[in-house]
Amino acid sequence: MIGLGFDKFLSRFVKHKAAVLCLFFVLAVIAGGIFAPWLAPNDPNKIELKLKLLGPGGQFPLGTDHLGRCILSRLLYGTRISLGSAFLVMSFSLTIGTAVGIFSAYRGGRIDNLLMRLCDIFLSFPSLVLVLVIIGVLGSGMVNVIIGMILVQWLWYVRIIRSLVLSIKERTFVSAAKVAGTSDMKIIFRHILPNVLPQLIVLSTLDLGSLILHFSGYSFLGFGVQPPTPEWGAMIEEGRRFIRSAPELMFYPGMLITLIVISFNLIGDALRDVLDESVT
Amino acid sequence: MRAYIIKRLISLVPVVFGITILTFILIHMVPVDPAHAYMTATNTPPTERAVAAVRAEFGLDRPLPEQYFTWLGKALRLDLGKSYVSQEPVLEELKHSFPSTLLLTLAAVGWLILLALPLGFLSAVFKDSIVDHLSRAFTFVAASAPPFWLGFLLIELFALKLGLLPVMGKGSWQHLILPSLTLALNYAASYTRLLRSGILENLKQPFILYARARGLKQKLVIGKHALKNALLPVVNAFGMSFGYMLAGSVIVENIFAWPGLGRLITESIFNRDYPMIQGYVALMAVVFVLSNLLADIASAIIDPRIRIGDDRVGV
Repeated sequence: MIGLGFDKFLSRFVKHKAAVLCLFFVLAVIAGGIFAPWLAPNDPNKIELKLKLLGPGGQFPLGTDHLGRCILSRLLYGTRISLGSAFLVMSFSLTIGTAVGIFSAYRGGRIDNLLMRLCDIFLSFPSLVLVLVIIGVLGSGMVNVIIGMILVQWLWYVRIIRSLVLSIKERTFVSAAKVAGTSDMKIIFRHILPNVLPQLIVLSTLDLGSLILHFSGYSFLGFGVQPPTPEWGAMIEEGRRFIRSAPELMFYPGMLITLIVISFNLIGDALRDVLDESVT
Repeated sequence: MRAYIIKRLISLVPVVFGITILTFILIHMVPVDPAHAYMTATNTPPTERAVAAVRAEFGLDRPLPEQYFTWLGKALRLDLGKSYVSQEPVLEELKHSFPSTLLLTLAAVGWLILLALPLGFLSAVFKDSIVDHLSRAFTFVAASAPPFWLGFLLIELFALKLGLLPVMGKGSWQHLILPSLTLALNYAASYTRLLRSGILENLKQPFILYARARGLKQKLVIGKHALKNALLPVVNAFGMSFGYMLAGSVIVENIFAWPGLGRLITESIFNRDYPMIQGYVALMAVVFVLSNLLADIASAIIDPRIRIGDDRVGV
């Protein structure tokens, strides 16, 4: 069992100073997205062509874009979609993947076999192509991109969770619970799930970074968020035409994506280290 | 060796069928059916009669498995149907675009080797030195930044500020440099890490200690023994990465206006050009299987344990 109390966990996590810094950064950005209506100095979608491509300062702390919209406000509101979509994809595929993975590993048999064959086929193939096909069929749009990403992502979790559960299933405490006549449901929720949970948290933190990257990529291609909705990837796409005159239009959202992804990666690495320490 | 290749083929070929069947099912399950997509793409008003005629012409009124096998039979004879939009054979369109994308991907492979090999090697050998720190900073940024943004930064620096390279398009060899570098950066980062940890892991092994004890030169120990063993997982992963890079060119081609498969498929997706999408997926699946097979063969050549398939020799 992972017998690590919250206090002990915290005291080990804070030793990873870079990760703690990243955690604060991520929390600040999330707060910026949640409180965007109060924090944003301007309406993110208000077009004022007279004020286009202004430098930073005054009413517009980061300047304005090619339509005279406040860049800072658009970044703040963009957080909701860029991070929100990644959280959405992650939580849906994690939930489906966990349920199916536990069931598959616990029951075994034909369904388990079939699922693993499916994993063999689809997990090796570039996920980008699969998502593009799904978007091609469903049509473009933010919701369809999210659906496509979930459809591709959940199998990953099935495979990982299945192998985690398989290793726990044979442990003595599970056998003991079985002998004692505990119901399957209770074994799964009381004994198996709490033991795979820490690893799942590490995995999903590391995945969040790549999900953010992918989602912004689809927006950049024009499949995801449609204008004028503010989203980081779409902001880079809109800024590309002004690369000569106003490269900062692309610079801010790109920098933000990079920093957020680096943060999630560092936090995930630190969590894994803390977990590894507690196991050994 | 032959038995090994056949074994790998048996596990790889189902990918082609799985992926094409999935695409087929998806296309026929969704609200906008192929007949309507065809009418929209060709600008014909979708009257009852016209839709029925299109259904009959493309065999869309047949049961799904029958349609798949008809498609498969034709595909095996290299007939992938006609594009809804251009009315050209899909195969011709793919043939037209594929070489550009392949060129881009191969150049990216060149960058990958040029960057990841020396960086991974140096940062492992000079662990915790300034080289190591710099290389790790590089891998962190290159793995975390959106590739399309990196592409624009490269354009900004090398094409606009320094004026050394063309901004976009295809033509001279200079046009190839920035797109292929953009495509390679993400992978270069992960391969640098893979190689670094591989070499460090191998340096701890008993055979390295033995080689040192025999008095072999440090260079030879690291170069011949540690590097060669660390290359194995790299070669193995490479078969998969090649397919990923070929797919990843979608984004790079859109940044640099590179006329390849990626641009073709983006347009086809916007137009719901189903035969194009189906053809693209089939092509990607075949290339994917081939590149994986080549990587498998390469690793079997490097490592006799795989070739013989004998567990007693290994580990």
